[in-house]
Amino acid sequence: MAEFALPKNSKISGGKTWPKPAGATETREFRVYRWNPDDGKNPSVDTYYVDTHDCGPMVLDGLIWIKNHIDPTLTFRRSCREGVCGSCAMNIDGQNTLACTKSMHDVGAGGAVKVNPLPHQPVVKDLVPDLTNFYAQYASIEPWLKTTTPTPQKEWRQSHEDREKLDGLYECILCACCSTSCPSYWWNSERFLGPAALLQATRWVTDSRDEATGERLDNLEDPFRLYRCHTIMNCAKACPKGLNPSEAIAELKFKLVERQI
Amino acid sequence: MSGPSMRTPLERVRGLGSAHTGTGDFWRQRLTAVAMTLLIVPVIVVVIMLIGRNHAGAAQILGSIPIAIILLLFIVASTWHMKIGMQVVIEDYIHNEKLKIASVMANNFFCIAVALASIYAILKLSSGV
Repeated sequence: MAEFALPKNSKISGGKTWPKPAGATETREFRVYRWNPDDGKNPSVDTYYVDTHDCGPMVLDGLIWIKNHIDPTLTFRRSCREGVCGSCAMNIDGQNTLACTKSMHDVGAGGAVKVNPLPHQPVVKDLVPDLTNFYAQYASIEPWLKTTTPTPQKEWRQSHEDREKLDGLYECILCACCSTSCPSYWWNSERFLGPAALLQATRWVTDSRDEATGERLDNLEDPFRLYRCHTIMNCAKACPKGLNPSEAIAELKFKLVERQI
Repeated sequence: MSGPSMRTPLERVRGLGSAHTGTGDFWRQRLTAVAMTLLIVPVIVVVIMLIGRNHAGAAQILGSIPIAIILLLFIVASTWHMKIGMQVVIEDYIHNEKLKIASVMANNFFCIAVALASIYAILKLSSGV
C-alpha cells in the first residue's frame, strides 16, 4: 500500500530552542526541520530567533542569518537569491515555494516561520532533499530538440505564433515545488513522471521545430507515467513561477485523444 | 525505490517502458461521465415514477421501450465508469503487484456482475416475464 505515515526513523522528535540574539529589539521565530545523517537520531524541529533589523526580508535571508550568526551546521541549498535557480525550494508554512522569493512578512500571520524540506523526498541533510529521481525523470523525457531533417545553415526557424505557444512552459526552473506537492507523485513517484517533467514534456511536444512529437507522445502514453495525474492542481498552486503544470498535462492528454479520434 | 540498488536512476525511471495505453480508459471515463450527465434527469424521473408501485406497475412502466433503453444506457455508462474509477484508485494506492492484479481482476468481475444483473432485471421486467 501507499505509505501514509512516516517511517519510524523519520518521525520528528523535540528539538533545541536556541537563545534569542542578545541586543535584538525585534525578532522573528523560525522553526526549522533538522536531520543529520551522521548522528543516528530522528529528525527534530529547532527553534531560532532572527534579528529582523539585521536581516533581509525573505525567508532565505532569515535562514542565512541563522547560519551566519547562530548555527553554522544548518544545511540548505541556495544560489541566485532571486527565484531563477530553483535551489532553495522548500516547504514554508505548509506550502512548497522558494525561500528567496517568499517574504517572511507573508508567512504565518506574524507567528513562527515553519521551514521543512520538500515533502516525500529522501532527505540528504536538514533542508536538502535528494532529487536524483526527479532529475532522472526530467532526463527521461529527453529535453532537447530532436530532428531528422539535416540541420539548416542558419537557425531552425519558428513563427511568432508557434513561439508564443511555448510561453508558460519554458519558464520552469525545475525547483521541484510542484512535483513534491502532488499526492499522485507522493504515492507513485517511481512510475508517475510528476508535474515538472510532464510540463517539460509538453514544452517539447509543443515546440514547432521538434520532429519527434509522435515518438514523445508514445513514450508518455502510459497509465502511470502520465495518467496518474488526476488534476488535483496542487502543482499550479505551488509553482513559485506562476506556471500551470496541470494545464500542460491536460494539453498532453488532449493531444493523445486527438491522435486517436 | 526500496533498498539500495546498483541500477542507474534513469534505468529505474524508464523501467519496463511505456505501456502505450491509458488514453482509451481516459477517453471512456469522460465519455461515460457525459453520458451519465445527460441520462441522470430521465433516470431520476423514472425512479420517481417507480416509487410505491408493485411488480405489475413497475413492469408496465419498464415495458415502455424508451424508458427501458434509458435505464439500460445508464447501467452501461455507470458500471463502466465505476470500473474505470475503481481501477484508478487501486493503481494509485496498491503497490504490491500481485495484490494489485488480484484487485483489478476482482473489480472487473464485480462491475461486470453488477452490470449484467441490472441489465437482466430491466430486460426481465420490461418483457413482462
